[in-house]
Amino acid sequence: MMADIVREDIITSLLHAKSGHSAGPLGMADIMTALYFNILKHNPKKPKDPKRDRFILSNGHTCPVLYSVMANAGYFPKKELLTLRKLGSRLQGHPHRTSLPGLETTSGPLGSGLSQAAGMALVMQREKKSKSSSIPKVFVYAGDGEQNEGNHWEAVMFAAKEKLSNLICITDRNFIQIDGNTEDVMPLGNLENRYKAFGWDAVTIIGNDMKQILASLNKAYVHHKKSSKPLAIIALTVPGKGVDFMENDHTWHGKAPKKGEAKLAIEELHEHEAMLRGNWYNTHNKKNKPIHTHKKRKIKNNKKTKLNSKRSKK
Amino acid sequence: MRAISPQKLGLKKKMYLNFTRDPKATRSGFGDALVTLGKKYNAKNKSPKIYAVCADLTGSVKMDKFQKAFPKQFVQVGVAEQNLVTVGSGIAAMGKIPFVSSYAAFMPGRCWEQIRTTICYNNQNVKLIGAHAGISVGPDGATHQALEDIATMRSLPNMVVVVPSDYEQTKAATKAIARYKGPVYLRLTRSATPQFTTSKTPFIIGKANVLKQGKDITLIAAGPLVFEAIKAAAILKLKHNISATVIDCHTIKPLDKNTIISAAKKTKRIITIEEHQITGGLGGAVAELLSENHPTLIKRIGVNDHYGESGEPQELLTKFKLDAKNIVKEAVKLCKR
Repeated sequence: MMADIVREDIITSLLHAKSGHSAGPLGMADIMTALYFNILKHNPKKPKDPKRDRFILSNGHTCPVLYSVMANAGYFPKKELLTLRKLGSRLQGHPHRTSLPGLETTSGPLGSGLSQAAGMALVMQREKKSKSSSIPKVFVYAGDGEQNEGNHWEAVMFAAKEKLSNLICITDRNFIQIDGNTEDVMPLGNLENRYKAFGWDAVTIIGNDMKQILASLNKAYVHHKKSSKPLAIIALTVPGKGVDFMENDHTWHGKAPKKGEAKLAIEELHEHEAMLRGNWYNTHNKKNKPIHTHKKRKIKNNKKTKLNSKRSKK
Repeated sequence: MRAISPQKLGLKKKMYLNFTRDPKATRSGFGDALVTLGKKYNAKNKSPKIYAVCADLTGSVKMDKFQKAFPKQFVQVGVAEQNLVTVGSGIAAMGKIPFVSSYAAFMPGRCWEQIRTTICYNNQNVKLIGAHAGISVGPDGATHQALEDIATMRSLPNMVVVVPSDYEQTKAATKAIARYKGPVYLRLTRSATPQFTTSKTPFIIGKANVLKQGKDITLIAAGPLVFEAIKAAAILKLKHNISATVIDCHTIKPLDKNTIISAAKKTKRIITIEEHQITGGLGGAVAELLSENHPTLIKRIGVNDHYGESGEPQELLTKFKLDAKNIVKEAVKLCKR
């Protein structure tokens, strides 16, 4: 359900931005939600805490999902999501570290996230007090298309060589990139085997199944206790997940929804949310509502849409 | 020249110059200073602060002494320059001061965008050490002679560009850039070049050293070619009765505007000298500055839209007209205009 709110915020912020990437962020919403609300040790009030786990978004173009989870976690006010890609905004079209507290790095140009993360993990490993002492984890989220980049594989080799077992690289395996299917543009084949061949541990999961996500991420968190290898999680995700007409359509990689499309998308997300919700809203903190709700409610009071009546029944 | 005292050549006393030592490469100055820095920072801090990151050229870029002294602070990334600078960015993100090094032809040559995004725009405290710059690399030939690195680094916001002129100045520069917080590009050369600065010679990032005051022409040089400029100034005085100001412009960015503009006002003629393309480097920077602030006659001496080639360093300096003899020739020509 949190993931549905995150998805709604993605759609709303993209609608206001009038440009940006839709499919990737929607597909990644489940894993990102799990990371920021269940897995990562972080404190939005202390974004520079040296003991925090690091999260590096390598495929910077999917930042609407990062901004959305960060806002929901409390790094900045949710209404700021509406400034995405606008002049003077802290939410740059691709993430800029020094603009927004809580961002670990600047990204956008592809293939460079893993090596920066490896640099961080390396310092943690080299400077840990004793063999058994616990050190922070470094999670990287990388796209599959970006793994065409040589820089990424340079980092894969480096992380294996340096035994960076506190480094976890999640691949968003959604099979799309700008020019089409990844296997037509530049085939990546079986990524799990590739990582294993490069000296990593690797698993493949369904990246839109919350049970599997949480199980594998919890395992990943203690991975370093059992193995000296870095860990790759290949997350099979559906691009555009949650919005019927965007799912598995590569043309949605790099565009934002128009008004009507956003409305349709949000309605669908509401239905999904309602299905899962039960009395979730009543028991949870109100700040976790999607950003548009206050505004929408006024309009809906007049129109009394089908959706609203559905909600009030519950 | 070794027998002559600096003061006899009209060089300033407070620059503490000394010509009596054997030639030594600037890269060695970097290597020695890095070890000193390692010791100093380790004594001062609880956890290590200085990291050295290298791409399979440890001996060439003189990181071997540091590697031996501080194996836990040395990182080998293999022949992978994009990884070199991005791993450096990650190390800096942990509050460390990484010195990342390769040949200038490869770093920044092969990883400009990574430097732009993950170091400069990201404003990470990474020190980029481009060794083997310029044509004085010699026999390796054009592929290994970086002549465009100052231009590509100088155009990046947040970046500081330092080109030290000899062994001692490189030591001073290495320590100074460690103290400075932010991205820096330090340009080094391969071959042993004359030593003329001493440990007492002032070095401040962004403050050019005026080695000699003259009234007819100003020679602005960077890197080991500063020595050629000193030689040229001596010859100009002796043979042509031209008195030249000599400026060691070790920081190309930020450029020392005041020193250069006041020299231009005084001597009305400027020659820039560098082992770099004449576009975008020191010559370019000086021309940009003066054409906007105090239009002055300028001759840029450097490599003119050309690649280098194999040969001995001195042969190449002569062939590409970067030596004292050619500086004198150009100065005489300019003084007649």
